[in-house]
Parts: sequence; C-alpha cells; structure tokens
Amino acid sequence: MNVLCLGVSHQTASVEIRERFAIPDTQLPVVTLEVGALPGVRETVIVSTCNRVEFYAASDNAPEALTALRSYLSDRFTSSTPPLPLDQKNEPFYTLSGPASIEHLFRVVSGLESMVLGETEILGQVKKAYAAAAGSGATSRLLNKLFQRAFNVAKEVRTRTNITRGSVSVGSVGVDLAEKIFGKLGRCHAMILGAGETSELTARALLSRGVRSIFVSNRSYDRAARLAAEMGGEAIHFDQWDQRFSDIDILISSTAAPHAIITPEKLAPVMKRRQERPLFVIDLAVPRDADPAINQLEGVYLYDIDALQAIANRGLEIRQREITQCEALIARHVDEFHGWLTSSPATPPLHHLPIASREA
Amino acid sequence: MDRLPLIFSTICFLLGFAYTMYTFGAGKHRWPRFNLVVMSLGFALQTWFLHLRGAALGRCPLTNFFEVLIFLAWSMVLLYLVVGTAYRLSLLGAFTSPFVFLLQVVALIAPIDTPARLLSRPDPWLEMHAALSIIAYGAFAMAGVAGVMYVAQERQLKSHHLSSIFYEMPPIMHLAVANKRLLWTGLILLTIGLSCGFLVQGPLNAYKIGWGIVMWFIYLGIVLARRIGPRRIALLSVAAFSLSITALWGLNFLVARTRL
Repeated sequence: MNVLCLGVSHQTASVEIRERFAIPDTQLPVVTLEVGALPGVRETVIVSTCNRVEFYAASDNAPEALTALRSYLSDRFTSSTPPLPLDQKNEPFYTLSGPASIEHLFRVVSGLESMVLGETEILGQVKKAYAAAAGSGATSRLLNKLFQRAFNVAKEVRTRTNITRGSVSVGSVGVDLAEKIFGKLGRCHAMILGAGETSELTARALLSRGVRSIFVSNRSYDRAARLAAEMGGEAIHFDQWDQRFSDIDILISSTAAPHAIITPEKLAPVMKRRQERPLFVIDLAVPRDADPAINQLEGVYLYDIDALQAIANRGLEIRQREITQCEALIARHVDEFHGWLTSSPATPPLHHLPIASREA
Repeated sequence: MDRLPLIFSTICFLLGFAYTMYTFGAGKHRWPRFNLVVMSLGFALQTWFLHLRGAALGRCPLTNFFEVLIFLAWSMVLLYLVVGTAYRLSLLGAFTSPFVFLLQVVALIAPIDTPARLLSRPDPWLEMHAALSIIAYGAFAMAGVAGVMYVAQERQLKSHHLSSIFYEMPPIMHLAVANKRLLWTGLILLTIGLSCGFLVQGPLNAYKIGWGIVMWFIYLGIVLARRIGPRRIALLSVAAFSLSITALWGLNFLVARTRL
C-alpha cells in the first residue's frame, strides 16, 4: 500500500490556475466519492483551500491511480474555457508518493508549506476536509491513521516549537497587541481615522476577533460612511473625531495630515477621564499622525508602522529559526509512520467492500 | 522530623522556580499545567506540615516567625490556586513559585523557629485574628506578584521590545483587574482579622495591632485612590507588601528579643 499526493499550491501555481481546481464545500462529497472510485484508488481525502488543492489517496497501484487521477482532473477541471491542457510537461501539479507524500502532509498541517509560515488555519481546514471524506466513507484504515497522526504532529509542532510564535504581518501584529492589552476584544470599540487600505484591513481583522463596534472618520465623509456601512460601523465627521476619544479603546490612524494630529495635549485630559481603561493607538500614517510623546502617557500604547513592521519581522525570524526543529520532529514521525505502513497487512479496496462496511 | 513535608514542599516550589527559569530561557511556556501540578503538590505538603505542627502545639501554628512565614507561603499558594485558575493567569504560578520557594528557604535556614511563650489555653479569637491576618498578607503578596507582572508587561508594551515571554503573559488589563481584586480580598480579610483581634479576651501585642491598623489604612488608601492608574497601583502594591513583610519580620524580631 502506498500514500499518494497530487496537488497544486501557491508555490507551484498562480491563483488563476488554483481557482480552476478549487472545489466548493458543496461539491466536495461528490468529488470525493468520484475520486475514491477511480482505478487504483482505495481511499481518498481532498483538501481544497484558497492556497492549495490536494488529493491524498491510498493505493496499491500508484502508477494506475495517478494516471486515473490525472485523467479525471483533465476531464473535470479543464473542460471550462479557456481550456487548460494537462500533460506531464506543463501540468501545474506536483505528485508525491511514499514517505515524501507523508512528509508533505505533515508539513502542510504544521503550517510549514503555508503562505504565512506557521499559520494555524490550515490545520482546521485539513481537519474539515478529512471529516468530509470520512463522512462520505472515502477513508479507511490507512488514511484514517495517516490523518490522525498528521493532526498529532501538527499539535506537537505547535507545542514543542515556536513556529506559531509572534505575528508576521502588520495587521496581525496590531490585532495580537490589542489582545495582549485588552484580552478578549468583545467589549472594545475601535476607530479608523483616515480610511487607508492597511487601516481598513487591520480594522477588519479586529472585527473578525470580535471588536464590538467600529467608528470611521475620514476627510471625505462619503467614503467614511461607505466604509462604515460595509463594516457595520458608524461614520463620524472628520472635525468631530476627537470628541469620541472617550468611547474608544483602539485607534487606527492613517490620515494624510502633514503634522501630528494626536497629541499629548489632546489625549491627557481624555486619559484622566478614562481612568483605568488603556488606549491602543496604531499609527499607520507617514508622516505620523501621532506625536511619539503620547506613548509616555499612562495607559497609552502607541505603535507606528515601523514598530509594527519590526515586530512582524522578528516574528518571521523566530518562525524561520524554528523550521529545522520542526523538520526534525516531522522526519521522526514520517519514519515511524512509514515503518508502520510497510509492516502492516493490506486492507481491501473501499469500493470492493459492501456499502454497510464502507459506512461503518 | 515534622519538617520533612516542608522540605519536600520546598523542593516542589524549587521545581516551579526551575521551570520559571526554563520558561524565560526557552521563551515558551511549554507545559502550562506544570506549575499547577507542582504547586498543588507543594500545597498538600505544606498543609500536612501545618497540620503536624498545629497538632503538636495544640493550636494554630502561628507562634513564631518561622511558622508565620510558612503560613504566609501557604496562603499565597492557596490564593494562587483560587485566583490563578479562576482568572486563567497560569503564568501567575510561574511568578509565585520562586517567591514561595524563597520564603520557605529563609524559614528553613534562618534561626527563627524558636519556641514562643504560650498561654495555657488558646483563644479562638486570637487564632482567628492571626490566621486571617496572615492569609490577608498572602493576598497582598499575590497582589504584589500581579503588580510585578503588570509592570514587566507594561514595560515591554511601552518600549516595543517584546521578549519571548511577552507572548505567554496574560493581557495587561487582566493583570490590573487581578491586582485590584487581590488587594480588595486582602483588605477584606485583614478587616475581619483585625476585628477578631478586638474580641480577644487577654492582652494583645499593641505594636502588632498598631502596625496592622497602619497597614490597613495604607491598603485602604491604595484601593480607594482615584486617578492614580493601574501602573501606580501595581507599584504601590509591591511597595506596600515589601514594607509589610519587612515590618512583620522587624516586629517579630523585636518581640522575640525584648518581649515587647
């Protein structure tokens, strides 16, 4: 028995190609059953995310299974216009088998193959894909054991190394810092001052972590109103933004003002009224909107774009330093699993089993 | 011989201390339950020691400074087990175990386990007064620990130099809340403890009661102070506890030497 992996990812194919092969959740059970019934394929799990589409299969005839899978993909996914001819010379797929495919899966679930190194969202996505395949009866002894082992490897990598440590983008650093200041963000109110792209992304990330409400203030009130409507927030006229200081906990600023507009003189009286509630100021503007002196005020935590970028860079350095340790840990599990695979007796193909057995 | 459980409990806290050092070195709070396990074990052994000592004395084991230190350490661990788990401040244990370890080492090494003059029959109000007051100081000690954590966290947030341990620390607002609640807990316990002192039938040590009242006013001032901000409250809670433990040692030393 062999484990095969055939897939496209952000490392091998552009988004134009990846989107051609993406499988919506609604179609996943059907495609899983179709792939599971291909010649040579005994079990299958399909992982389809925005960054990768991968077909994992257990097979006792790897060449036959790979040929059948290529042919199936060619028929199913390249019939749309413009046609995407699939042949072995120009295909965007990578094909892996044996220990290489096991290692690849372990690396994927551990976030080592992700666009953002060490991100943990992929683990949930693979778990969901496995649950869908198992629910369709497309997995049996080998892939069940492989995926359960993969989830354990991912957990071990997360707990025994620092691969998930820190944040690696400006937006996620901002959100992580907000959580380090306030804890859960469910009671926090945020304000966007100047509707730039990065501030909007950061605000959306805050909203996804549960920020209670968003105020948007921009020189163009129409743009503020539009953005506020998109995010379910409240638009504020630009000449009134500082009157709402006492209501907010997080301020994301990116105006085009030529000088500092958030000054100690403005903030000091507000901070006295706020008593024990801190204020987190994310200044994404160049030139800076916030006077650096406000960081000296008690309860005010100011981060400008350089400070956020420096933290993101340090986070990436930490993660990159951990890769060797992660790989050593994964290699041990690959050896163990491959040893088990080569010593275990073969199981009958799924489509040769009666329906009741497959459901069981 | 009755010190054996105490020695083993000190070893538990040493393990907690070593784990804290490892956490700082490795930059990862790898086994969050480690401190909980060693501190629970250490607490059980402390309780066993206090039980043995209490049975031997026939009263609450608070008759000399050695016993006061052990009771204080026991109170801190008790409050950690209640507060640390309630507020998910798992790292509070990492900061508490070194302090408890040092308290117990000082108690075991220093020549302070001297038999005290005891009344023939223990007064329950006196025992209540002493026990509650020491538990109150345990709460103040934990407030000091939370205060140290707050200051460390704030320093990193302000300077933008985030060390690896930063990512394992609780949110700074949680620390501020825990700090304030521990101060209130200590103050309430101290209030009840002092009130019990006034119900004691026999004579009381006026210096100790007087100092207890001074500390009560100091802590009342800290918790009721307005507009001083959580940073100053954290610093004051550290300073107030340092003052109280120094004074407690000084008073016990004076009482033992001069029979005040």
